[in-house]
Amino acid sequence: MSVVDVRGLVRSYDGKCAVDHLDLTVEAGQCLAMLGPNGAGKTTTVEILEGYRRRDAGEVSVLDVDPAKVDKRWRQRIGIVLQEAHDLGDATVEEALRHFSHFYKHPRSADEATDLVGLTEQANQRIGSLSGGQRRRLDVALGVIGRPELLFLDEPTTGFDPEARRVFWGLINRLKADGVTILLTTHYLEEADALADRVVVIAKGRKVADTTPDELGGRDRDKVTVRWNDAGVERSEETDTPTRTVQRLVEHFGGEVPGLEIVRMTLEQAYLNLVNREEDS
Amino acid sequence: MNYLRLCVDRSRFEIRVTLRDKNAVFFMMLLPIFLLVIFGSVLSSNKIGSTNVSYSQYIVAGLLASGILYSSFQQLAIAIPEERVSGALKRLAGSPMPSSVYFIGKFAVALFVYIFQAIFLLAIGHFAYHITLPTSLGPWLTFLWVSLLGLATSALLGIAFSSLPKDGKSAGALTTPIVLFFQFTSGVYFIYTGLPKWMQGIAALFPLKWMAQALRGVFLPKYFARAEVAHSFEFPKAALVMFAWALIGAVLCSRTFRWLEKT
Repeated sequence: MSVVDVRGLVRSYDGKCAVDHLDLTVEAGQCLAMLGPNGAGKTTTVEILEGYRRRDAGEVSVLDVDPAKVDKRWRQRIGIVLQEAHDLGDATVEEALRHFSHFYKHPRSADEATDLVGLTEQANQRIGSLSGGQRRRLDVALGVIGRPELLFLDEPTTGFDPEARRVFWGLINRLKADGVTILLTTHYLEEADALADRVVVIAKGRKVADTTPDELGGRDRDKVTVRWNDAGVERSEETDTPTRTVQRLVEHFGGEVPGLEIVRMTLEQAYLNLVNREEDS
Repeated sequence: MNYLRLCVDRSRFEIRVTLRDKNAVFFMMLLPIFLLVIFGSVLSSNKIGSTNVSYSQYIVAGLLASGILYSSFQQLAIAIPEERVSGALKRLAGSPMPSSVYFIGKFAVALFVYIFQAIFLLAIGHFAYHITLPTSLGPWLTFLWVSLLGLATSALLGIAFSSLPKDGKSAGALTTPIVLFFQFTSGVYFIYTGLPKWMQGIAALFPLKWMAQALRGVFLPKYFARAEVAHSFEFPKAALVMFAWALIGAVLCSRTFRWLEKT
């Protein structure tokens, strides 16, 4: 069953096309990552799905409702984590969560939400005094306080250090395990790799790829680079059959191959190839 | 949570958070008292015309009317653009909270701030500057309806105005001269009847003059009515002008209010 279904979505600003006949589907329980350069139309698309923006053309259904005609009942079923927010600075974590929980029919308690995102120690702290990572986790807590079926995450880890990002991924994976459907936009390829079941790449308002992270840009079928060290000289070979190459090297060295590395095209490389091809066209 | 309890919860949340903003507390709540202390100290012994009414007694009504303008119009005209830029409005628009609850919460803050201002102003005025307070129920009932209608009108105009500035900073720069202009032309600091006729004419088109005049009817002796422009405090006309502006404000709000920043 599709939670999000988009057909031929079009939106332009002052005659400039921001989203150009986009199709998109997110199945129930799936995490879909939307990737693309700045200005590719990601946020416009997400904000149309969230019911914030109108569209010029196309058919859109989110939880079986057209977001252009949503009511507050529909909002009970979704959670939104905005791209950046610096509101609520004078409230404490616990106050804000408790207040927002009152908007929903079947909310999580403030305690449960702080526990889920690991802010129990900061519960009585002013939101304005939280670190960037803590603030973002609070945004997620506010996004899931109403137990949404569908969660929108717009660039949730921008500005995180690597450790904070990993902690955050653990949190999102816990939500996934609970069966929440997630639509994630991100700039970080490794984030898409860690969280997404499917990735959609958007460039210039058009979809240029819609696949799994492993298959993006054909990186599962592309040649693999095998590198090794032969008496102090770096050697490498591109091959479709890396196992055979390694076998040959093992025979050649009579055992351990010095400095052996087998490298597939990274997700980032596959992504950049796709986007550059689109930008050049 | 049912609608009413949600309104109460939102109002308490808004008031609590507003009170933590020390600047807001100082300027919004203590400014009228500060002004009374200054004007009252400088001109306390002056009497108005041939009446026995002191200048301090005269400006209490004007300062209360200004308090209505600060706590509702100015407060909302600045706070709402700030919340639009910070993402607070976008977050609420994306939540199931009914939009009306937001406005009720904002009105509750205005009411709370005004009550605080009024109590301090009247208490300090009474004990330190010999302001006489009404001793019968009638004038206090007038005080109640003028304050509530004035707050509702100014709050609606503040919400309507909040669509103009692009952020809180420019909101402050835009509203301060407006508030000052009406204070000086509506009989808040100066005796209204002593102002040039053209100035009176402009002020009479807007609500502050009528709030101040109706509140003078509460805090000045009955005979002072003869010293007003129409030889009366004109309560019905004051109610009508405020109500008309409340309607204009409501129409503007429903047409122009934005939850999101312009793109």
